[in-house]
Amino acid sequence: MKTNLLEVCYLIGSVTFIIGLKMMGNAKTARKGNLIGAFGMTIAIFGTIFLHTNEVSPLIYGLIAGAIVLGSIVGWMAAKKVQMTKMPELVSIFNGMGGACAALIGLMEYQHNMNSVGSLIPIIAGLVIGSVSFSGSVIAFLKLNGTLNKPVRLPAYNVINNVFMLAVLAFAAYMVVGPGTNHSAFTHVADNSLETVISSSANLYLYLLFAAAIVYGVLFALPIGGADMPVVISLLNSFTGLAAAFGGFLYGNYAMLTGGILVGSAGTLLTLAMCKAMNRPLSNVIFGAFGGGGAAAGGDETKGSIKDINVSDLAVLMNYSKKVVIVPGYGLAVAQAQHVIHELELLLEERGVEVKYAIHPVAGRMPGHMNVLLAESNVDYDKLVEMDEINADFPNTDVVLIVGANDVVNPAAKTDPSSPIYGMPILEVDKAKHVIVNKRSMNAGYAGIDNLLFYDPKCSMFFGDAKKALTELVAELKTL
Amino acid sequence: MHEVHEIAKNVLAFINDNKGMLYFVILSVFVGIEVIGGVPTVLHTPLMSGANAIHGVVIVGAIHVMVHMENPTMLALILGSLAVLLGTLNVVGGFVVTDRMLEMFKKKK
Repeated sequence: MKTNLLEVCYLIGSVTFIIGLKMMGNAKTARKGNLIGAFGMTIAIFGTIFLHTNEVSPLIYGLIAGAIVLGSIVGWMAAKKVQMTKMPELVSIFNGMGGACAALIGLMEYQHNMNSVGSLIPIIAGLVIGSVSFSGSVIAFLKLNGTLNKPVRLPAYNVINNVFMLAVLAFAAYMVVGPGTNHSAFTHVADNSLETVISSSANLYLYLLFAAAIVYGVLFALPIGGADMPVVISLLNSFTGLAAAFGGFLYGNYAMLTGGILVGSAGTLLTLAMCKAMNRPLSNVIFGAFGGGGAAAGGDETKGSIKDINVSDLAVLMNYSKKVVIVPGYGLAVAQAQHVIHELELLLEERGVEVKYAIHPVAGRMPGHMNVLLAESNVDYDKLVEMDEINADFPNTDVVLIVGANDVVNPAAKTDPSSPIYGMPILEVDKAKHVIVNKRSMNAGYAGIDNLLFYDPKCSMFFGDAKKALTELVAELKTL
Repeated sequence: MHEVHEIAKNVLAFINDNKGMLYFVILSVFVGIEVIGGVPTVLHTPLMSGANAIHGVVIVGAIHVMVHMENPTMLALILGSLAVLLGTLNVVGGFVVTDRMLEMFKKKK
């Protein structure tokens, strides 16, 4: 009875995951979809705790309850308190927790299943993938929050990483067929003393594999530049899904299988969609060309000079424009300028200026990051225009105001084959009549490359912290 | 040589024993692709975050380990509790942060 009921719980869980994820694909139903997923998850979790046929000591119940209560409080607080700009980091670290959970399951289950190749495959796979996802996510977290802000590149890191990856895979394969396994699978070794001897050395190997997978995760994420972090997080997200699916395989648990595989395949698709937005194959992102080497590109060109514009001139210019397009980037998020930009938008609209936002698919640190951020300050949905649509509009635009975006408007992506971002579709802002760039300084963008747009005669720089500069601009506009 | 033969035999037997589950896996992959297809860029971040919460289902595995422990060692208890704790963080944090993102979308009329 209990077992049958538990299977029903898992069935409910599986169905809610599919329905929830489907509903999250539509803005109208998205929030409800998330809640449906959460509901199914709760049922699956409580079913697992109560609907089993084992004798469970109060100590274990206490530990489970304690861990769940503590985890819920901490997770809830972190998710509620985080600023919207810090969200990508948070998703990354939550993803890492899931990966670590999968890895720990592998560590614990190994010794109980040493004689079954069929069980060892999902155990070892879950352990390796979970560990890589965990350490990779931690590195992604540290990179996004600025602790690690330079891509770290050892010489020949590509060779080192790939060799290391192959070594981890070979080691993992050895763990499946090697120590402690007797090959008449699915049976138990009767001789306990023999099992003990084998298991102690096999356990040592297991921890070595765990450590190696952790190191590989670090090596994997470390050389990837910050601009590519969204892709890495999305990829690691699907890794954790895969690790969860292997757990489902191990236990014959269909809720884990559905959840894990859904996220695995959906995450992979999302990752590829993001790569497509940058017009780079995934291999190029992972083994790619961003970072140190790219900075030299275009160094010997005649750049021309940079023009400044002061706040009162800019206010006048915008006030008498017919059409203004705002290009938001990560700098807007960092400066927390999403509210003041909305104020600017309302003010201009009041004066009869048409205002739109141009959203590059990879603006910010996650796909859709800018949409979430602008939604926070109540910017109307219809004002957010995606790249392909807005590019046709730029020739009729009087002023483009770029706030904290850089690489997504860099013409080098179209004109300079030696540039690391060559081939990436960009917002063609140089077609507009005036281009205003708000930046804190002349530092290069996240990809670490120079932007020739700034030297365009149509382009003027409006230096300053986005929030402060835009607040001044709004104040100036009000006096007109 | 004999050993290789044994392994191959076991792998084939494994596939046969688990064919239902293997079919399930393959079909689920397609369901995942189908469910995600055609999602507007606008929703990519919440979707990624929601998917992140869903793979937190791995916590079910951690609880499974805990309730099936026989004469657990101290180490096993610590690792098990830690796994449940980390899984809970993934699940609760994931769903709550996704809800927060989507809440902002809903404020629009």
